Amino acid sequence: MSEKIKSYPGFRIKTADLREGKVPFEAWRPRVRYAWSAGIAMSRFLEELKNGRIIATYCNKCGRIMVPPRVFCEQCFKPVDGWKYVKDTGTINTYSVSFIAGDASRIKEPIIVAVIDIDGASPGMGILHKIGEINWKEVKFGMKVKAVWKPPEERVGSITDIKYFKPIREETL
Amino acid sequence: MSDVAIVGVGCVGFKSIMPELSYKELMFEAAVKAYEDAGGIDPRKDVDAFVTCAEDYWEGFSIFDEFVPDQLGAVLGHLFTVSGDGLLGLANAYMLIKTGHFDVVVVEAHSKASDILTFYDIVAFALDPIMVRPLGGNPYYIAGMEMHRYLAETGTTLEQCAEVVVKNKRNALANPYAAYGADITVDQVLDSETWFYPLKKLEVSPLSDGCIVMVLASERMAKKLTDKPVWVEGVGWATETPNLETRDWCRAIYTEIAADMAYKDAGITCPQREIDFVELSDLFAYKELQHLEALRLCRYGEAGMLLEDGVTTRDGDLPVNVSGGCLGMGYALEASGMQRLLEAVLQLRGEAEGRQIPDAEVGLAHTWRGIPTATGAVAVLSNIKE
Repeated sequence: MSEKIKSYPGFRIKTADLREGKVPFEAWRPRVRYAWSAGIAMSRFLEELKNGRIIATYCNKCGRIMVPPRVFCEQCFKPVDGWKYVKDTGTINTYSVSFIAGDASRIKEPIIVAVIDIDGASPGMGILHKIGEINWKEVKFGMKVKAVWKPPEERVGSITDIKYFKPIREETL
Repeated sequence: MSDVAIVGVGCVGFKSIMPELSYKELMFEAAVKAYEDAGGIDPRKDVDAFVTCAEDYWEGFSIFDEFVPDQLGAVLGHLFTVSGDGLLGLANAYMLIKTGHFDVVVVEAHSKASDILTFYDIVAFALDPIMVRPLGGNPYYIAGMEMHRYLAETGTTLEQCAEVVVKNKRNALANPYAAYGADITVDQVLDSETWFYPLKKLEVSPLSDGCIVMVLASERMAKKLTDKPVWVEGVGWATETPNLETRDWCRAIYTEIAADMAYKDAGITCPQREIDFVELSDLFAYKELQHLEALRLCRYGEAGMLLEDGVTTRDGDLPVNVSGGCLGMGYALEASGMQRLLEAVLQLRGEAEGRQIPDAEVGLAHTWRGIPTATGAVAVLSNIKE
């Protein structure tokens, strides 16, 4: 509204008017379902998560050890040369704290998300996961972290077989 | 402006289902084959641009184009995705090279249809949300309606449509890239379940998985990379209307316009005389006949008779879908046009082995983007430089 415009033409629509069918509209919930083939590299990666291990592939040409694993080196454009286990520890490369959910509602316990450079993989190679067992204000770049795994019987071969990464305290090093 | 040639092709598939590979691994394998075929180019330094063809809803990813550079050797390179059939990707690559700014351009299209669990629901999601979608049913009824009108107006018979299936599935038996080769009879087709009256189950192309990558080059580079260039003489594409209520239900207008554009580009004035063989969209059996007419290779209502007379068989005067078409290779979503193009390239190189058409010099590849679209594309190819 402004000096000149005191009211807009038309009438106000409230969410309730839509819900109660007072306004004509079409609603549609698409049935879009997929089952993506994980393929050679990611199938092995998921199997190893079930075993409580993180596996990488390596390229002998550029020398990179790559997490998550892939069957080809995208830099050299050639097939990789083999598999290699890496550690379940790493270093926080970058992080943020999500205080709101997908619908912008406030989350009670904020989610700390981080990119973790995995020990044993090449620099800048790692996985994106959550950080736990720490107040978000204490998280730092370069902080050493370790995977907290679900108990073996609860693992299904999913990235969520790792619950989160927690800081490695001095005494546990 | 430089002429444009296809200098390398790579194909993986097609199969009814390929659960052993992820879409990335599938694309990588096809790309490796294509680069090797193009004189062993290194995509990390020898390719100026990449064009991929994908539709997010087929992939199950939003903004799928972000996920494609790695497996093509396009990391940190120049890539864009066309939300459409592979032949539209070809048209884009062709234009890039025509600008003179690009010498080598890669085109990719694939299908991972077997990853989709609710295929028909996704097709239904492409219908108008106010006028059509609420009516329910399987959206492929659109093909039934079109076939019905087409048969009524042209006098094409049910037997002629069934004969398309018999021919194409038999052709597919000689194509190692085809998923659905079979030796069947017209009666078997006509006796198969009615899915969308008058359309029968066996007249609907089943889905397939696979990937095709092609390397295009300017004349200057083509001569360095291959001794068997296949020249892209002309491309065309067109869309009629998304409105089911107002579109033409007999004629494939989109194909007529796309063909006219491609013929003009290629300098073709009498397609019947100048084109040696055709690969076109037979997503539904009647579509082969309708599209052949729309391509102006015969008049409306004549394609069925040409088929009966054996003109469109492999050893006929105008072979159509020697690859097996979509009915024989499987409907590969946005890779459908690339299937047609691949066959045209192999035929023009003389590399189609047991299904080789003797003395083929000019071939046409056509595609239609399927239900519920009225979009098509055409490419005219030749192994002789004009």
